Amino acid sequence: MRVLMFGWEFPPHIAGGLGTACYGLTKGLAKHDVKVIFVMPHATGNEDQRFVRVVNASDVDATYGDFGKEFIPGDMTFIHIDSNMVPYISPEEFEAERVKSQQTEGRVTQHGDVWRERYNFSGRYGANLMEEVARYAVVAAEVARQLEGQFDVIHAHDWLTYYAGMAAKQVSGKPLVVHIHATEFDRSGENVNQSVYNIERAGMEAADRVIAVSNLTRNIVTSRYGIDPSKVVTVHNAVTFGVDSWKDFERGVDDKIVTFLGRITYQKGPDYFVEAAAKVLKKVPNVRFVMAGSGDMMNHVVRRVAKLGIADRFHFTGFLKGDDVQKMFAMSDVYIMPSVSEPFGISPLEAMKSNVPVIISKQSGVAEVLDYAVKVDYWDVDAMADAIYALIQYPALGKMFARKGLQEVTSLKWDNAAEKVKEIYESVSQ
Amino acid sequence: MKTICFYFQIHQPLRLKTYRFFNMGKDHYYLDDVANSTIMRKVANRCYLPMNSLLLKLIKQHKGAFRISFSMSGLAVEQFREYAPEVLDSFRELAATGCVEFLGETYAHSLASLIDNDEFVDQIKKHSAMIKKEFGMKPTTFRNTELIYSDTIGETVASLGFKAMLAEGAKHILGWKSPNFVYANAIDQKLRLLLRNYKLSDDIAFRFSDRGWNEWPLTVDKFISWITPEDVPGEIVNLFMDYETFGEHQDASTGIFDFMAYLPKAALATKKIKFATCSETAAAHQPVAVLSSPHPMSWADEERDVTAWLGNELQNEAFNKLYSLRPSVKAIGSKDFDYVWNFMQSSDHFYYMATKWLSDGDVHKYFNPYESSYESFINYMNVLSDFAIELDKKKEELGKSARKSKSVSHA
Repeated sequence: MRVLMFGWEFPPHIAGGLGTACYGLTKGLAKHDVKVIFVMPHATGNEDQRFVRVVNASDVDATYGDFGKEFIPGDMTFIHIDSNMVPYISPEEFEAERVKSQQTEGRVTQHGDVWRERYNFSGRYGANLMEEVARYAVVAAEVARQLEGQFDVIHAHDWLTYYAGMAAKQVSGKPLVVHIHATEFDRSGENVNQSVYNIERAGMEAADRVIAVSNLTRNIVTSRYGIDPSKVVTVHNAVTFGVDSWKDFERGVDDKIVTFLGRITYQKGPDYFVEAAAKVLKKVPNVRFVMAGSGDMMNHVVRRVAKLGIADRFHFTGFLKGDDVQKMFAMSDVYIMPSVSEPFGISPLEAMKSNVPVIISKQSGVAEVLDYAVKVDYWDVDAMADAIYALIQYPALGKMFARKGLQEVTSLKWDNAAEKVKEIYESVSQ
Repeated sequence: MKTICFYFQIHQPLRLKTYRFFNMGKDHYYLDDVANSTIMRKVANRCYLPMNSLLLKLIKQHKGAFRISFSMSGLAVEQFREYAPEVLDSFRELAATGCVEFLGETYAHSLASLIDNDEFVDQIKKHSAMIKKEFGMKPTTFRNTELIYSDTIGETVASLGFKAMLAEGAKHILGWKSPNFVYANAIDQKLRLLLRNYKLSDDIAFRFSDRGWNEWPLTVDKFISWITPEDVPGEIVNLFMDYETFGEHQDASTGIFDFMAYLPKAALATKKIKFATCSETAAAHQPVAVLSSPHPMSWADEERDVTAWLGNELQNEAFNKLYSLRPSVKAIGSKDFDYVWNFMQSSDHFYYMATKWLSDGDVHKYFNPYESSYESFINYMNVLSDFAIELDKKKEELGKSARKSKSVSHA
């Protein structure tokens, strides 16, 4: 079985959970003898390539005017979408990115044949995101053509790559699987960006199978996008086990540490964490709260923390990279994910892997696969405070959750998820 | 005859290094030594050394007729000792001329006067002792951090034996009155007040090199012509500014040194102007009225209030959390902890957390090493949290050894 896979990010250059999931999945697929050709914009050359071949989309020549127009729907207009609609990026980062991109993007290298152009992708979510999505589709078609006979199925992750998947399908005639890691409703609540929604729906409709990362997401796909339930399959994410060199990381403070790790955006429910922290601090003094990450709500949260007068017990680390994430887990006594809407949510699994008991919101896909996690409604600040208090004050409880949680998370293997995905490939390519 | 009273402020904060949550409990060194030494060396070479040598020359040249005042924070002196001892030597040389006065202030360039009177008094005493040790004189005129002044702050200062205090010639306090007279504190009228003539002070400190200013270029003769005429009311002109104006805020290429080099000679030649130190100026003139300032005012920003340091929830939180540690610091009474306690108090940290970026944003940004007020707040709180943990540990340790020695004596 050979797969042409379209992604947008891959470790080590990741901004969110999508890259981690792609990595775990491709790793699992490799074990099941599935060969993956992973297409992503702007491969820098140091992606971990032990399990996948990384094709740099920028290196593929796209013939101008050939099939370009054909695969970009005629009625599509290029719009500069609002910054808060851009996944994984805050308005500040977006603005900085926009300025940067004005200097480097849209670079078209001419080489002899004026009809052939080499597209340079920024590889990040940029100002002219829609334009990039469409360009990516043009290159995808060229990739599919050049790789003709080398793949049996096409797999596209999240809406940014759906046009690419559709274009590849049209050129090659191979079946298309689209993978929903998050929908526009998860990212933006009820204020969906219509253009993004349209791309998502077009991708799902064109697909032979739709993979949702949770039943929660599957429900959204069928009810909000009107996709035929018979072609939507849930495959829960899993967790990658690497060498955990930070297990013995020495913590500096004696206080209990409660950690939130993720983008500080509306979707992740940072506000509820702050309110719960203030409630806990009224009862127990020897606890510290850490918010690790960055995002468009960060300044708002910092102000709220100051206003509540708990800034000496509530700390911000900014965006954590590499080892610091593991260090953070190693230091934590409780991990919390109070997401308002979370299609899956892989980070609690990472925490459990590090022996940390977790509290997750009932509005997360990961809640479907975990028994040994405290589950609360994201808005129920009292229940959240209660759970934090219990896990830090009654060590027996925290230990039980940590021990059972580790067992539980160990059983969530990408191997199993990949096996299901392989079955899906087989069912469509017959 | 009019008296020009020059006072120059010298202060350098001890800047904090990037201190992350991961450092807490492990790393108790909070300072950015590289930034602190680099900035000190740079300012020493561009401002302190050349300006000190110019002033020394002028004082000698005019044989006692040119007189000036300095106020120098304890944190600046600490950094002179560490990174630029020759600057301290040159200040001592100036002190030895007898034409230079050193004012009293808070050791840490702190905002203690706004929250904790005991700490405020401690800071003043510590500073006066330092000045006595370094320059051999006891300060008798006081200037509070950023010229922060209120009736009650003045009362405290008077109770410590100071004869005069500096304040901003703020319009909302003076109304129709002129800053060019000596005034008295509203509660203790023995305390005389010298008010900054902000127009003439800022002509030198801020506008000197501003080519968009309709009076540019500012020549000495023009400047003097704004002071000498009979119809300009007042007996004194208080020119209060940062010492870093010379060579740092105003680059040497603007001609700021030449301006100062020529000013004393030209002013004295008019026979209508003399120079005096702050204490001399205050003593030589009777207060013309009592000045009431029930709320704290300062020399900063358009509002001349204290909102540059305590104007948003970040600043208030950091400020309150800092001063809640005072009982522990005092109970421990250790040099190491006092050292941190001092540099954490400097007003600069709170200034970096300001979010009022409109018309005064330029000045704020100039002094701010952080990208955002939030960033500076987070960094400050991380350091403060670690300091608090260390204080608790030390207290516990002391408690234990006290109990132990007690039980030993019982045995």
